[in-house]
Amino acid sequence: MMRRFWAILIGRNKEFLRDRGAMGWNLLFPFFVVFGMAFAFSDKRQDVFKVGVMGEVSALPVGFGATKHLKFVPFDDAAAAQGKLRHHQLDILVRPGKPLMYWVNENSPKGYLVEKILLGADAGGLSPVRKTVEGRPIRYVDWLVSGLLSMNMMFSALFGVGYNLVRYRKNGVLKRLKATPLRAVEFLTAQVVSRLILIMGVFAVVYHGSDFFLHFQRLGSLLDLYLIFALGSACLISLGLLVAARVTSEELAGGVLNMLSWPMMFLSGVWFSLEGAPKALRLFADMMPLTHLIDAARAVMTEGATLSHVAPHLYVLAGMTALFLAVGAWTFRWD
Amino acid sequence: MSGVLEARGLFKRYSKAAADAVCGLSLSVREGSCFGLLGPNGAGKTTTVEMLEGILKPDAGEIFYRGAPIGPAFRERTGIQFQDTALQDHLTVRELLNLFGALYPSRLSEAELVRLCDLGELLDRDPQKLSGGQRQRALLALALVNDPDVVFLDEPTTGLDPQARRNFWDLARSIKARGKTILLTTHYMEEAYALCDEVAIVDRGRIIAQGAPDTLLKKHFDGVVIELPKADFQAPTGGVPGEVLERGETMELLTSEVEGALEALKRGGSSLAHLRVRPRTLEDLFLALTGRELRE
Repeated sequence: MMRRFWAILIGRNKEFLRDRGAMGWNLLFPFFVVFGMAFAFSDKRQDVFKVGVMGEVSALPVGFGATKHLKFVPFDDAAAAQGKLRHHQLDILVRPGKPLMYWVNENSPKGYLVEKILLGADAGGLSPVRKTVEGRPIRYVDWLVSGLLSMNMMFSALFGVGYNLVRYRKNGVLKRLKATPLRAVEFLTAQVVSRLILIMGVFAVVYHGSDFFLHFQRLGSLLDLYLIFALGSACLISLGLLVAARVTSEELAGGVLNMLSWPMMFLSGVWFSLEGAPKALRLFADMMPLTHLIDAARAVMTEGATLSHVAPHLYVLAGMTALFLAVGAWTFRWD
Repeated sequence: MSGVLEARGLFKRYSKAAADAVCGLSLSVREGSCFGLLGPNGAGKTTTVEMLEGILKPDAGEIFYRGAPIGPAFRERTGIQFQDTALQDHLTVRELLNLFGALYPSRLSEAELVRLCDLGELLDRDPQKLSGGQRQRALLALALVNDPDVVFLDEPTTGLDPQARRNFWDLARSIKARGKTILLTTHYMEEAYALCDEVAIVDRGRIIAQGAPDTLLKKHFDGVVIELPKADFQAPTGGVPGEVLERGETMELLTSEVEGALEALKRGGSSLAHLRVRPRTLEDLFLALTGRELRE
């Protein structure tokens, strides 16, 4: 059993490493994306002011609440909200009531401006109490990098495994293997592990390579980040296997993979936060493995979360992986 | 019947097909023999072979290997060369032999495979860059990697030049000399005649004739074929002994009385300058049995 698994695993790895074009593309593309985005967004932070609200948004002073270009995000957890303020993800945090309390980050110019707006509107009469926090800003690129790396992983996992498998089914490689004692589960596991090794290798090179130039701000542990990405990519690879389990046409496989990857690319929070997104969208996003991978990785990067903090995401990813693999192996066809 | 491989009452119909690809086919392959399945494209040869290989599940019927129904362990005892097989990209012949060898509980050594299939200079090359004949040798080596008892060769020489085809026949003979049983499909009659101890002619999913090639020919024919170009042929008024067939630009006279037939042709005014006399072949037999060309 192990010998057959190893034979397929080693063969698959050699195949990939010798395919210079694919190898180069797999390494270069993520670099292009990360650096391109870092450059494109280097100066532009979001151009609305984000106001965290402890409690009901409707309870805010009316004038302040009606100010244009302010985005109000309700919070229940004071510590979480202050963490965001510390990393400049919120410009100010307000608790309505009398006295009205607010927190600003002394290092944030935007915080300074929103504070002026708050006091200049109609909060003056509510005997406002000022509190401060301090902290380095988290740049958009620090926030974005988890999403970009996850997205790249998704393409590599879905297309690298799914498309390749369908091609092998179509040209008869799988049929030739079927004529041997090799079992489907041995073959499929080798495909998953081979791709996992590749993806994590690319992840390590791209993450540390970009970090060397961009100096990411990572608040959580690197090991946690690796574990989350490994689980996430296992889940995405399994999804690729599931799609490719029986399909014999490369066009159909390509279509299905695109249908899966495009919504994930845009709706799972790669580019913008799902915080404050409509409920239906959030529900839809939660069905996608990429959302959980990004949420967990981003929490480690920008909030210093540990594995236990992001456990719900990890459970979902592990559950999806098991489900995809089981159904994929169950429905798998060699020809 | 006590063959190493036996099939009883195989049926197979593909979804959406109007007729059975294989209907009620039974056969028995003797140990150490070369058994040929002959027939035109679409006759059901490949479907039959794939059922025998255990690759395709029959809709009905049973297949036995050494008296027991075939199961997963059967794969360890068989070697298969498919009609068209792609292999994993970017791996050399040597690496593919090692990969496939590792999939079986026991394997032939690399040196043995090199000797058997004349792989010498091919080991470190990319199979995609080999010539047709070299590629077939490499695929044969993969089929032999587990030292199988039964070797399936599905149209192994289609598309090869005559020299490469004859080389492949030599390899097949040396495999048989090692006591292996070979199941060969082909639509080349001279190939079947050269290699097979027994042939079964398949048409429309059924075996229509079966036996040793010479026995089959003797049973269905006596005599020879006299061929004349159509332009040279004049039908004699008194007729000729035997049967006259028109095949394209050639007239064929099937007869057991050569002298009488030649007399009659001469009498009728046919020119005998381009006349050819040849023995009856499996191709003639197929045509006689089905009224169809083998390679149509």
